[in-house]
Amino acid sequence: MSGKTTLLAFAKSPAEAVCAAYDNRPDALLEILHDVQAEIGHVPENTLPVIAKALNLSRAEVYGVATFYHDFHLKPAGKHHIKLCRAEACQSMGARELQAMAEKFLSIRMGGTTVDNRITLEATYCLGLCASAPAIMVNGRPVARVDAAKFEKLVGELA
Amino acid sequence: MIITIHVPCDSAAKAVGADDVAEAIAAEAAKRNLSLWVSRNSSRGMFWLETFVEVETPQGRIGYGPVEPGNVTSLFEAGFHEGKSHKLCHGLVENLPWLKNQERLTFARAGVTDPLSISDYVSHGGFEGLTKALKLQSAEIVTEVTNSGLRGRGGAAFPTGIKWKTVHDTKADQKYICCNADEGDSGTFADRMVMEGDPFMLIEGMTIAGLAAGATMGYIYIRSEYPDAITTMEDAIAIAISANWLGLDIQSTDKSFHLGVRRGAGAYICGEETAMLESLEGKRGMVRAKPPIPALIGLFGKPTIINNVLSFAAIPYILAKGGAAYKNYGMGRSRGTLPFQLAGNIKQGGLVEKAFGITLKDLINEFGGGTFTGRPLRAVQVGGPLGSYIPAAKLDVAMDYETLAAAGAMVGHGGIIVFDDTVDMAQQARFAMEFCAIESCGKCTPCRIGSTRGAETIDKIVAGENVSANLTLLEDLCQTMTDGSLCAMGGLTPMPVMSALKHFPEDFSPAKRMAAE
Repeated sequence: MSGKTTLLAFAKSPAEAVCAAYDNRPDALLEILHDVQAEIGHVPENTLPVIAKALNLSRAEVYGVATFYHDFHLKPAGKHHIKLCRAEACQSMGARELQAMAEKFLSIRMGGTTVDNRITLEATYCLGLCASAPAIMVNGRPVARVDAAKFEKLVGELA
Repeated sequence: MIITIHVPCDSAAKAVGADDVAEAIAAEAAKRNLSLWVSRNSSRGMFWLETFVEVETPQGRIGYGPVEPGNVTSLFEAGFHEGKSHKLCHGLVENLPWLKNQERLTFARAGVTDPLSISDYVSHGGFEGLTKALKLQSAEIVTEVTNSGLRGRGGAAFPTGIKWKTVHDTKADQKYICCNADEGDSGTFADRMVMEGDPFMLIEGMTIAGLAAGATMGYIYIRSEYPDAITTMEDAIAIAISANWLGLDIQSTDKSFHLGVRRGAGAYICGEETAMLESLEGKRGMVRAKPPIPALIGLFGKPTIINNVLSFAAIPYILAKGGAAYKNYGMGRSRGTLPFQLAGNIKQGGLVEKAFGITLKDLINEFGGGTFTGRPLRAVQVGGPLGSYIPAAKLDVAMDYETLAAAGAMVGHGGIIVFDDTVDMAQQARFAMEFCAIESCGKCTPCRIGSTRGAETIDKIVAGENVSANLTLLEDLCQTMTDGSLCAMGGLTPMPVMSALKHFPEDFSPAKRMAAE
């Protein structure tokens, strides 16, 4: 804790500390939600009133933002995140088939989490790897030219 | 002598294992007691050759690719570190026709420099434009940009000079410069390449905009799908500040400009400029009604220049070489160059910067080398998910804003997605509606509800339910979305839908679909 500034030491919760790191600026709400999610793994609903109070916003405003953007999860997700690109460039190289294969392999639908809470599979729309399609993102790391074998290998490597 | 070997750090290279290649090269060199420096350069944009490794030799850089970690030992055995031959060798990089036949103004440094080396940037013409701009009156900067004929590269193609002049002429206590780096269109990656590969160019372009408009603060709104671009831009900003090319009292001229990075959060609609402003203010990305235009009432209600990454990235060249030099490229009212992005089912995908006027056919065949699968090309989508599908027979069209618009398509952000003959165009049309339903901000009815009804109607057509009545309904719905939507999301979604229907009606015919299956 000694590394944190005095202001942060007074914070009662991680959400409060994150808000303080952005000087409680309401325009930084997206950054704050990103940081809370990075810290906790998701954005628990009980952090929303805390953030609202710190930024002097209504709870409705904060809830509205947290639910508008695809990135934020109000419920806990799996330990690992796999995002599969569903957009056109990847479609032209077999993204639909890859999605079907991935869903079957993990026994979940897009948006779902495996029963052991290990992996959450999500859709994304373009990772900017359109000349090396199909592409996915594994825990924030982009992987291109993915086929069934490569996908299974990547999943196998996740602890 | 120390050998220098370049391994790209672009995320498209990393996504096929560039980091492992760099590590393997360093390890193999250590094993062989070679004094070797692995530099991490930006990418040339030849993505079918990634990981594309370049070796410095007295003759110039020799390129090898696609290199996988498993190739490294054999490369050393063949003497690649001295530029010797190997089955992956492509010879002198600067002589490769794919690069030689381009007109790289914006991407002149792509693959050449280390993205975060400010000395590399300066020794390759960096900050020449800003140095000139620092000596000019703000109105003179605007004039130079107007003279270049530059039009907004995000897709709307609005004349950049006029936008800048509007903000310049508006009196306010605070003005802002916002860079739209929410490159959400599938088939595009040029913005990402600029941010990951030449971040100082974007900083320079935005700083010049700040000087022109009298704005002291700027934001770069980067989509969260681009984590590498975010970290590279943040690092580059810190480096530029410490080198006094950004911040207070730039190069001791008494002029200041501050820059910050803001992350998006996975909403395509935030690429629409007013939704982006809302998002930058920490709100839901809901589209604003225009007027007022952001140039008058923009971020936090202040006059704001909003441009795409590629528009800002074109500015340093325009200031350094003059607007007239830029204007010399191109055709008609489309001046300068456009970084085209060859994507999807294409053999040689990547970044092709050419003057406006090159045909779609030449881009796909001469540069792209046809489809990746080797099957016949059937359709091409130009300009992202809101762009038209163009059939194989109509590719002989010049890529400029007006010519493409006359052909019922749009250049957009320059993304070109190739599909082979296995594509189901009814499925593509349905996806356009589905995507609109997922990404609509929900503010206007035609987009919010029309997209869902559109997807349902296409399902009915494909299933053979009241086909002709439903086709009429779909056309009518598309017309309503075109005419009644608040922004381009709902307004242009009918483009892919109607073009698919027009050029590929057989894919929507239940009888023909049955026969095909």
